[in-house]
Amino acid sequence: MANIEKLTTGPAAQGRTLQMSGSALGKAVAYLAGLIAAAAFALPFFWMVSTSLKVPGDVFISPPTWIPWPLQWQTYPEAWTFIPFFSYTINTLQIAIPSIIGILFSCTLTAYGFARIRAWGRDVLFFICLSTMMIPWAVTMVPVFVIFKNLGWTGTYLPLIVPNFLGSAFYIFLLRQFFLTIPMELSDAARVDGCSELGIFARIILPLSKPVLATVTLFEFNRVWSDYLAPLIFLTRQEHFTIALGLTYFLDRDRPLWNLAMAGNTMAILPVIIVFVLAQRAFIEGITLTGIKG
Amino acid sequence: MLAFISPWILGFLGFFVYPLLLSLYYSFTEYNLLQPPKFVGLTNYVNLTEDSHYLNAVGNTLYFVVFSVPLGVLTAFIIAFLLNQQLRLRVLLRMIFYIPIVVPISATAILWMWIFNSNWGLLNNLLALIGIQGPSWLGSPTWSKPSLVIMQLWLVGGSVLIFLAALQDVPRALYDAAMVDGANAVRRVWHVTIPMVTPAILFSLLTGLIAAFQTFANAWIMTGGGPIRSTEFYVLYLYENGFRFFRMGYASSMAWILFGAVVVVTVILFRTSARWVYYGGEG
Repeated sequence: MANIEKLTTGPAAQGRTLQMSGSALGKAVAYLAGLIAAAAFALPFFWMVSTSLKVPGDVFISPPTWIPWPLQWQTYPEAWTFIPFFSYTINTLQIAIPSIIGILFSCTLTAYGFARIRAWGRDVLFFICLSTMMIPWAVTMVPVFVIFKNLGWTGTYLPLIVPNFLGSAFYIFLLRQFFLTIPMELSDAARVDGCSELGIFARIILPLSKPVLATVTLFEFNRVWSDYLAPLIFLTRQEHFTIALGLTYFLDRDRPLWNLAMAGNTMAILPVIIVFVLAQRAFIEGITLTGIKG
Repeated sequence: MLAFISPWILGFLGFFVYPLLLSLYYSFTEYNLLQPPKFVGLTNYVNLTEDSHYLNAVGNTLYFVVFSVPLGVLTAFIIAFLLNQQLRLRVLLRMIFYIPIVVPISATAILWMWIFNSNWGLLNNLLALIGIQGPSWLGSPTWSKPSLVIMQLWLVGGSVLIFLAALQDVPRALYDAAMVDGANAVRRVWHVTIPMVTPAILFSLLTGLIAAFQTFANAWIMTGGGPIRSTEFYVLYLYENGFRFFRMGYASSMAWILFGAVVVVTVILFRTSARWVYYGGEG
């Protein structure tokens, strides 16, 4: 081994060997640092679950018991009824399902127009579409509220659902990028065969786009499930509240019952984590794609 | 094409153009939803300059922006850099960093209230392990804003992914060339990695700034703007004026100032970006 090294040794090669051992050390340090950072990021979740499995008396002791024993699973059914968890879940789904349908409808059509039909002014319109992502929601919040109030829609789910039938820049962008990757020849061939533009969209493009449609569905589900500000503004009656909004009722007393609150939190988080773990690739590709334009 | 993009055109006109114009109009009026808007000229804007609560909210927001955004970008870059070292368990680790941002913000807020709890919270328990008596975090006017900045660092997963993608695109050949030229690890990061990921830095800064200017739910749930208005951020004060006191005109003028600020910051960032952002193809 030493001999072989000697044979290949010039000053450059020697420098290289030094670098290699340096980078092996560097790698170990990076690995350790990465693990520590990941532990720090996971710790809040551990703390949440740990608290949720404690008897109330064990919540308020210091130093804390990190792993409570026996595990108090009954906190979960208690939290489930402490706030009307079931009806909040149903409410959220009542918003999420039509929203997903609306987004799939409006954004696929729009993205198709932007991606696959050449027309005058198209790129300018697409640029305008993208720039709407930069407009703070706080800026349009007041007038949009007034508009829905005048329509008599506040206090219903309509303000949370209807806008989704009129497009959303983020998904339009995501879908357009995907549609652009489908060879134009497919559309041309169909046109020659007399297929209408709507036919090409429905029978050629959409069937080829199942992965990105799944991504959009997941993103939109997650968005509705997690949305806080819009339900806060538009929903007036407690029995209409969504999970994200209703969760704060755990805080509705001078001294919150933290074991119940953490059990509620865990239950509210679990669906999105499950969806995320199952569809990690789709999520990450979606996020990464939006960054490419930067 | 117009037929296909018509849903978005309608949405654009209905939910951006019209509300923006409406909001501009309201900003020159007094409007409480019950009586029709009454034109008052620039009164709202003039009043804002004398409203100490408003100026306080501006200050709080700038504090939050100035600390949370650069620290967030730095944290995200470091994490992405570590993840990019071909670590084992990379998929699992990446997931751990990303999951916090798919969680509902209200759940995050409630969880962190408990973490920041001064007597029994996670943070002060950990500090006690190394012999430090922690402050009362959200309960202290001094520590309430830093608390929210700390929590924000937990939510950098999106930027981590952007950086990771950018890091993976850095050509190996550049590192090899730098190595042959005798550049050590630190210099390789400084002269190769960072210039190559400047587009990702720009993107993270921009999205981070826009989000930080609008920070709302964290403070609304965790502190309600307190203690002593120390976490009353811009949009919090806007929300209170609009939806608690029904001063829609006043809230609209706040909204337009925020809009202006976001536009100015975006333009400045893009203007200066020519000097520090490196796009691979153009060099």
